[in-house]
Amino acid sequence: MPLNWDLIWSSFGPIVTGAVTGTIPLTLASFAIGLALALLVALMRLSRNAVVSGLARFYVSVIRGTPLLVQLFVIFYGLPSLGVKLDPWPSAIIAFSLNIGGYAAEVIRAAILSVPKGQWEAGHTIGMSRGQSLRRIILPQAARVSVPPLSNTFISLVKDTSLASLILVTELFRNAQQIAAFSQEFMVLYLEAALVYWIICLALSSGQSVLEKRLDRYVAH
Amino acid sequence: MSPTDGAAQAAPHGAAAQARPVLSVRNLAKAFGSNVVLRDIDLDVRRGNVVALIGPSGSGKTTVLRSLNGLETPDAGTVTFAGPGTSAGPELALDFSAKVSKKEISDLRDRSAMVFQHYNLFPHMTVLQNVVEGPVQVQKRKRAEAVAEAEKLLARVGLADKRDAYPFELSGGQQQRVGIVRALALKPQLLLFDEPTSALDPELVGDVLGVIQELADEGWTMVIVTHELAFARQVADEVIFMDGGLVVERGPAAEVLRAPRQERTRQFVRRLLHEF
Repeated sequence: MPLNWDLIWSSFGPIVTGAVTGTIPLTLASFAIGLALALLVALMRLSRNAVVSGLARFYVSVIRGTPLLVQLFVIFYGLPSLGVKLDPWPSAIIAFSLNIGGYAAEVIRAAILSVPKGQWEAGHTIGMSRGQSLRRIILPQAARVSVPPLSNTFISLVKDTSLASLILVTELFRNAQQIAAFSQEFMVLYLEAALVYWIICLALSSGQSVLEKRLDRYVAH
Repeated sequence: MSPTDGAAQAAPHGAAAQARPVLSVRNLAKAFGSNVVLRDIDLDVRRGNVVALIGPSGSGKTTVLRSLNGLETPDAGTVTFAGPGTSAGPELALDFSAKVSKKEISDLRDRSAMVFQHYNLFPHMTVLQNVVEGPVQVQKRKRAEAVAEAEKLLARVGLADKRDAYPFELSGGQQQRVGIVRALALKPQLLLFDEPTSALDPELVGDVLGVIQELADEGWTMVIVTHELAFARQVADEVIFMDGGLVVERGPAAEVLRAPRQERTRQFVRRLLHEF
């Protein structure tokens, strides 16, 4: 099979543009919102109030028990029948944020529980409230523990955003698909798309290492 | 470092101050489920006095200490702290038979500071950050002022050069001295020590006990849970022997430890002194 070099070079432009204007901002926005949501859900799960923790448990169960693609379709194609019409971008951000919220909540909850009880007590003995102890004492320590599993979630999200192509969001994979359909060079275009995803994830992995090193500075080796 | 530096300790060590206890505990009771830990505990601590709580493990002595710092909530009983000033300051009285509010627990915590058996330093903060965290974040004092004071306190316990070290870089004895400084920096009315040397290597115990002895000499009011009977005899004004959630015997350190009246106390003291 002769390689169509012209196509390979000319298609990189739209694919990288799709990454820069679609995949990356979609990932960043969804992860940021999802993480905030996850912290809230994790704290709700840890609440002594049975209703509050039950609600959080239900949410996590639904998110983890249903496919991301189905969640995406319910929001974009399903909600209009209830009179809620959302554009592709908001639909995608909502779906991915909710998804991250569910998965990361469990990571954060486990990380908070991994901090010894004596740390809460030390916070209390210097006069801190629960909220202050959480913010200043517990979460900074939980952050260190949760970086590896959250990085996993983050990297998965980069790849999962390709599903947004199915609700018409212009991102990396959708651009690749369109060129592939037009040129009939499926193998070449999909490998190119794969390569760009891989490069993004490589960058994130090295970012993870830097962050882990930074957070490990107060731990004995 | 003297307790008279703090606003909370402004009273002179006169006869009038001696007469009124800084802390009064009456009928303290606590159960964890069906396990009754405290049955009926009374305790008075006078200004500048050191009280040592001794007794076998499970006797409830640590629970008493933790209750004073609001780390446990007793089921019944009262805890009363005298006003911090000469006479005008407000008294704090908590009755655990009724429901106590978060505010009351928070007020209770402000009166004392705990030194933990396992130090419980904040591992993600340097020594200096550990010490100024309470004064700056909770007591809202000026950072520069809190830092200057923290440095003075660290120098007093021989750790001036460790101000920027992280806890994992310190020995157990050094960590515990930071734990003590962290408590002192809050200028509490009462210092609480929960078996402060139990987690230490034997050769490091002396340093920490030396610091506590100095604090006692300076007039700090302290309650110490300890297994170091020789130290208790030396530092404590009063020794309280607890067993089964009750006070079995109390009195001047020399009396309780040298010539206990109760058979139970005699057994305990004999066993601990001949253990080694």
